[in-house]
Parts: sequence; C-alpha cells; structure tokens
Amino acid sequence: MLTTLLVLLEAAGIAKLGAGIGAGLAAVGAGLGIGLIGGNFMEAIARQPEAVGDLRSNMIIAAALVEGVAFFAIIVCLLILFL
Amino acid sequence: MRKTAENADNMIAVKRLILITIVFSLCLNFYGEIDESIKADSTVKKTKEDKEGKFTPGEFMLEHIIDKHEWHIVTIGHTPITIPLPIILYSNISGWHFFFSTKFHLGYETYENFKFAKEGKNKDKIVEITSDGEILPLDMSVTKVVFSLFLSTIIIIILFISIAKQYLRNPYKAPSGIQSAMEPMILFVRDDIAKPSIGEKKYEKFMPYLLTIFFFILLNNFLGMIPIFPGGANINGNIAVTMVMAIFTFVITTFNANKHYWQEIYNAPGVPWWLKFPIPLIPLIELMGVIIKPVVLMVRLFANITAGHLIAIAFVSLIFIFAEIHPVLGYGISVLSALFSIFMGLLEILVALIQAYVFTLLSAIYFGMATAEHHETKQNH
Repeated sequence: MLTTLLVLLEAAGIAKLGAGIGAGLAAVGAGLGIGLIGGNFMEAIARQPEAVGDLRSNMIIAAALVEGVAFFAIIVCLLILFL
Repeated sequence: MRKTAENADNMIAVKRLILITIVFSLCLNFYGEIDESIKADSTVKKTKEDKEGKFTPGEFMLEHIIDKHEWHIVTIGHTPITIPLPIILYSNISGWHFFFSTKFHLGYETYENFKFAKEGKNKDKIVEITSDGEILPLDMSVTKVVFSLFLSTIIIIILFISIAKQYLRNPYKAPSGIQSAMEPMILFVRDDIAKPSIGEKKYEKFMPYLLTIFFFILLNNFLGMIPIFPGGANINGNIAVTMVMAIFTFVITTFNANKHYWQEIYNAPGVPWWLKFPIPLIPLIELMGVIIKPVVLMVRLFANITAGHLIAIAFVSLIFIFAEIHPVLGYGISVLSALFSIFMGLLEILVALIQAYVFTLLSAIYFGMATAEHHETKQNH
C-alpha cells in the first residue's frame, strides 16, 4: 500500500512541487530578513547621520550572512530538481 | 643599490621570456589538437543535430555550470570550436594514462578502454571498461576549472610580484601605475578587515593569507563573469574550490588557537557542570560549531556564485523558450532579457565584491577568536 502511494506521488511530481515551494519560502525568508536589516539601517541613519560609514559596512555583512542561510535552502531545492 | 635593481629587472625579463615560451609551445601543442577536434566534431555533429530539435533549458543550464574536460568557445554553424584539455587518469589495473580529450569526440568513442559513461550510476564520468564491468579510475585531469585556476594564479602572481618589486626598489616613492590601483585595496584588507578583527599585535601573521584569499576570490569571480575565453569558467561555483579554501581557514584557525580558545569550547567558564559531565552536551554543540563554521563559509560562496551564473543563463534561455513558441515572441523577449541581464550583471559584480569581502572578514574574525587574549569577566554587584 505504501509503495503504491509512493509510486503515485512520484508520478504526480510531488518532489518538484516541494522544491518549488521550498525555493519560494527561501526567497520570502531572505526578503524578510534583509528587509528588517535595511529598515533598521534607515532608522539608525535618521538618528545619527554621521555614523553612516560604520553602519553601512555592518549592514552589508549582516545582509550577506542572512543571504547565506537562504542559499542553503536554494541549494537543497536545486539538488531535488537535478539529482 | 642600482646594480641590484638592474639585476632584478633582468631577472623579471628572463622570467617573462621563459613564461612566454612555455605558453607559446603549449599553444602550438594545442593547435594540432584543436584542428583535429574541429575536423572530427564536424562529422559527428551532423548526426547529433537530427536527434535534438527541442531546447531543453535544464540541460542548457547544467552544461554551463558544471566542470568539463574541454573548453568550448564558439559554435560556428555546425562545428564547435573547443580547446581540448588533457585527461590524466590513474587506474589500478592499467596505470597512468595521459591523453587529450579530442580522443573522446563528444563521448562517442572509447579510447584505451576508457569512455564517458552516458547512463548508469557513473553518468558523465570517465569509466574504464574491464571484464568485470565499469570501474572509476582516479581522475586527475586538467579540466576547465583547473585550467582557469592556473590562469588566475598566473595573473595574480605576475601582478603582485611586480607590485612588490616596485615597493622594494623604491620604498619612499609615492605609488604609481599598478601600485596605486592595488594599494587602496591592500590597505583596505589591512585596516578594515585584519586590524579590527585580529587586533593590533597579531594581525601581521595572518595578512598574507587574508590578502591571498581576498584577491583570489575577487579575481575568480570577475573572470567568471567574462563570457569569452579566458574567462567564463565557473570557478568559485565549484564546491571543491570553495571547500579547499574553507579547509585552509579551518586548518589555520586550529593551528593558531591558543589555550583560551580550546577552553572556551570544551570547558566554557560559567556553564554549569552538569551540562559537561557525564553527557558533554555543551562540548558537543561547540564542536559542531567548530565544524559548521567553515562549512558555512564554503556553501555561502558556492551558492552565491552559482546562483548568479544560473540567473544569467536563465535569462538567456528565456529567449529560446519563447522563440520555440513563436519567433516574434523570441525577438520581443530578447530586449527585456538583455536589459535584465545587464541589471543582474551589475548585481553580480556587487555580489562578487561582497562575497570576497565576507569570506575574508569571517576568516579574520575566526583567527581573531582563536588568538584572543583572556578577558577577565567583571561582575558588577
């Protein structure tokens, strides 16, 4: 019974659907994360405009780290599609 | 002092001459192979063209990301012009083999009992046909990525040794020429990455490695964005390359770690004793952290660069997908595709810079953590 279910799921391409949804969720996560970072960056500039240089480099670092996590999910989805 | 400067100049000239003769003779060697490969490919390609008519975007994308045994430059009409690269194999049965990839002719022939496996569990790898079936030999060929790595290494060596010679010759002169282009970046690595993370006293030991990593990743990213030879090989998008760099960072961190660092991991002060004994939970978690940090470095660089290349290829293949439906649609979408490709290309340049910066910065932070002095924790009552 389980094997027929698995064969049906494979025929319906559920794995590819999962990969697509996963990639979309990764994009949402990255967008939220970097949006929060950017928003706080804007607020901090408004409070203290002379610290722009320090804040900018720290924002870039934080954005790169958050994007790194999102890319983990992308790699897993690519593996599903192509392996 | 002048004599040593002249001797240095002579040495540079001699080295350049040697390099040029080596490269030229290699090119002559390749020329014969390219000629043969063009003649062979033109006969094979005609039979292959009938089978494929549809455009498969998945295969198209994968073809441009993965590593290959030859370097394909253009396809004029039906003849592809490729640079064949040497294949170096070692098999347990028949020893070392060295030949050029023209002998394989797009995977349709077998040579010395080796062939490209087209299907089965060894798909797209070179296998050896023995009486027991197919086995995998040890494949140490110079593939596209390896060849491009050699090229970028040569560029970096030539560039930075000439800058260093200029500094040696006249240390008190204002920088000029290529010196003035590289000096801000070198000082940037020193003042904004190394000194804040590692500290004033100990940063000099790690500067050579940090500078090498920064310029190596940067040059590889930029070379990968040039569409024509000698650029265009997906170097940092190959997980083996990034894995080696992450292993280097890990090894340097481990060998330079002082007692305080290991104490923080395995016997952290301030953590209650029942988390460390009898089941060492905190040491296990910290050990996983030690392994995971370089792994994250590896995957971050790999994923960023591969994603950039995939997006560029996706926009190009969009044109072909639409053109299959109707040629006019193909022309229409090509304008949009070109504009988006330019925008994504600019974004990719930014990503190339940021990824080099983040890799170097995180390596510097790990070195700083490994060599940090012991801080007494102050308790305010």
